[in-house]
Amino acid sequence: MSKLYSGAEIVFKCLEDQNVSHIFGYPGGAVLPIYDELKNFNSIKHILVRHEQGAGHAAEGYARSSGKPGVLLVTSGPGATNAVTALTDAYMDSIPLVCITGQVPTHLIGTDAFQECDTTGITRPCTKHNWLVKDVNDLAEIMHKAFEVATTGRPGPVLVDIPKDIQFQKTKYKNFKKNKKLNGKSHDNFSQKNIDELIKLISRAKKPIFYTGGGVINSGPKASELLRELVYATGFPITSTLQGLGCFPADDNQFLGMLGMHGTYEANNAMYSCDLMINVGARFDDRITGKIDEFSPKSKKVHIDIDPSSINKNVKVDLPIVGDIKSVLTSTIKTLKKSKKNFSKSNKHQISNWWEKIQKWRSKRSLDYIGSEETIKPQYAIERLYELTKDKDTYITTEVGQHQMWAAQHYKFNKPNRWMTSGGLGTMGYGLPAAVGVQVAHPKKLVIDIAGEASVLMTMQEMSTAVQYSLPIKIFILNNEYMGMVRQWQELLHDKNYSESYTAALPDFVKMAEAYGCMGIRAKSPEELDDKIVQMLETDGPVIFDCLVDKQENCFPMIPSGKPHNQMLLGPKDQEEKKITGKGRALV
Amino acid sequence: MVNSKSAYSVAGKKQRNDTHIIVVWVDNEAGVLARVVGLFSGRGYNIESLAVAEVDQKQNISRITIVTTGTPQVIDQIKLQLKKLVPVHKVADFKREDKNVIFKEMALFKFVANNKKLISALNACRNYNPVVLDQTKKSQVIQITALRREIDKMSKNLTKFGLVSVSRTGAVAMTRGSEIFK
Repeated sequence: MSKLYSGAEIVFKCLEDQNVSHIFGYPGGAVLPIYDELKNFNSIKHILVRHEQGAGHAAEGYARSSGKPGVLLVTSGPGATNAVTALTDAYMDSIPLVCITGQVPTHLIGTDAFQECDTTGITRPCTKHNWLVKDVNDLAEIMHKAFEVATTGRPGPVLVDIPKDIQFQKTKYKNFKKNKKLNGKSHDNFSQKNIDELIKLISRAKKPIFYTGGGVINSGPKASELLRELVYATGFPITSTLQGLGCFPADDNQFLGMLGMHGTYEANNAMYSCDLMINVGARFDDRITGKIDEFSPKSKKVHIDIDPSSINKNVKVDLPIVGDIKSVLTSTIKTLKKSKKNFSKSNKHQISNWWEKIQKWRSKRSLDYIGSEETIKPQYAIERLYELTKDKDTYITTEVGQHQMWAAQHYKFNKPNRWMTSGGLGTMGYGLPAAVGVQVAHPKKLVIDIAGEASVLMTMQEMSTAVQYSLPIKIFILNNEYMGMVRQWQELLHDKNYSESYTAALPDFVKMAEAYGCMGIRAKSPEELDDKIVQMLETDGPVIFDCLVDKQENCFPMIPSGKPHNQMLLGPKDQEEKKITGKGRALV
Repeated sequence: MVNSKSAYSVAGKKQRNDTHIIVVWVDNEAGVLARVVGLFSGRGYNIESLAVAEVDQKQNISRITIVTTGTPQVIDQIKLQLKKLVPVHKVADFKREDKNVIFKEMALFKFVANNKKLISALNACRNYNPVVLDQTKKSQVIQITALRREIDKMSKNLTKFGLVSVSRTGAVAMTRGSEIFK
């Protein structure tokens, strides 16, 4: 007779078979049998967080930076509800997560037992799928199915809810063989005809643009390579969404920068005026499109996406191509090479007017800001951070707000999986725990959380996690004492009624760092900034960097409410035609 | 810029709404109806009526029939979003006007009245396959099958014959002819 395993053991057998090396979690009554087994499975390392939301974001950071699914283990009731924000965040940004929750014993379900909640009910709208395990004989199959659902098609979070009695019960375990073609609900549903049509559009376009998104990152590093190959082979300009940054080198001349609400002037104007838009793995989010009725009115639109429900959801497209970016790009490049040799050369003349126009928009230099000698401009801080870290293979996470947009605008990403930010849900407090997860996945790499002081306070307790596991994450806080983006909207849209957006009693971040047992550094003026950043980079352990920046600075350019792409609000420099002279210019 | 108070976009042009019947084949497992219905409420789609029952005991397949209204874009989304649910096998979509599809709803009417009125009530139902399920001296229960609007009309017209209670199902649908939906 084959050996019998408890439900708790089976959980770990499944994790082993799925090659899981790290889980993020927090113990509690309903998961204790699983925690009992932890010591018997050496290949799986548990990272103890300080709050279940932190476990979720850490798992997200881990998943985004490594391409592997992130796993979290939390208890019933509050453990599960605390994880809901992270699950929703992962759902919005298509991050593969497997969340294992404990549940009260089966016979107590529905009795309002201690730490009971309807976990599968609560998480139904924020997971791709979830399961309540009612029979230990189903456990292994459900666990493996959970990994399959999380990682195939458009990735996303799943949840497996395991009652405590199921964790104790015993059954057999059959070793799992990974099916090579685990396609589940994935949809490679395009034909050569689609590709031929795309090539036809590409060869006719006079004002083309690539608009790329997080789908390219999710399709794996190979997809980014293929994208580069296609973009170079066509000579077309390319812009990227917030989530797509890094899949094309930001310092390349063909890259127009990020588009959308805080995107560059050239990217948004090119989107508005183009005659062919090739959307690769982006989803026409409302922060990207602005006013839908006037979104890129004259263009033919191609949409390449793995999720059929993304097609025509917000914007009607002319040529939908449903499939994995990697396979679509492979076919496209192959067909282009076969039918049009040296396309970029032969096509150069056809799109030369378009490039001239783009250069004109570019010359507006929409990301410029007015420098200062007295106070640190937040944009300047990020520029310096970039200059001082660009030679290292740096991983950046962010919180949500102005600092996030400045990071996206001024930090130049050249590789995929190096940029972890909460885009869809916009979760303040994402960056610090995400940095923990990234550092766990890449122990030797430099991991920086570009943060705002308001956001970082939401999950500050995870500093304790970083110290416990000697994770040398760097928390780079752009401290303006305001919820900056709220303040900016209030200034520009709500008649300067700064209602509750100022934090009057902030902690001393340097002392706070010391209290957590790590290094705290403060920078107050532009002249000391470089030295302080270098000091941060030279510190072995975790660092909280309190960078005191200009309190009134706004994030420009900006597409104001209900406006199309061609009606952008540019920065103060453009509005007032201020001339910067002398030393100030050096800081711009 | 001056007039606006929001950085969110404004609603675009409204399109015409159509009524569609969506048929979904699902695994008959705990919570599956909640998944389907939750998708509708969560994304703001309408449900006019809903009928669900297991149709294949061997394979545990249930058939859910949902009558909904929406713009063509919304109807498309409903289908695509439904197909993404793990327990969903297939999704069919019919326009209410579709001549190749049979739609039927069932209703139970209870009448409390004198004999004369009860006879008139049964008489009034004669076009809709009436079946008398229960009869006493003072009351009767009649089952009819008909289209939604016919039942709507009937329940209004029958009050004068002593109609006191109405119970009705959601619409169920099936294609005409020998073809089945794959």
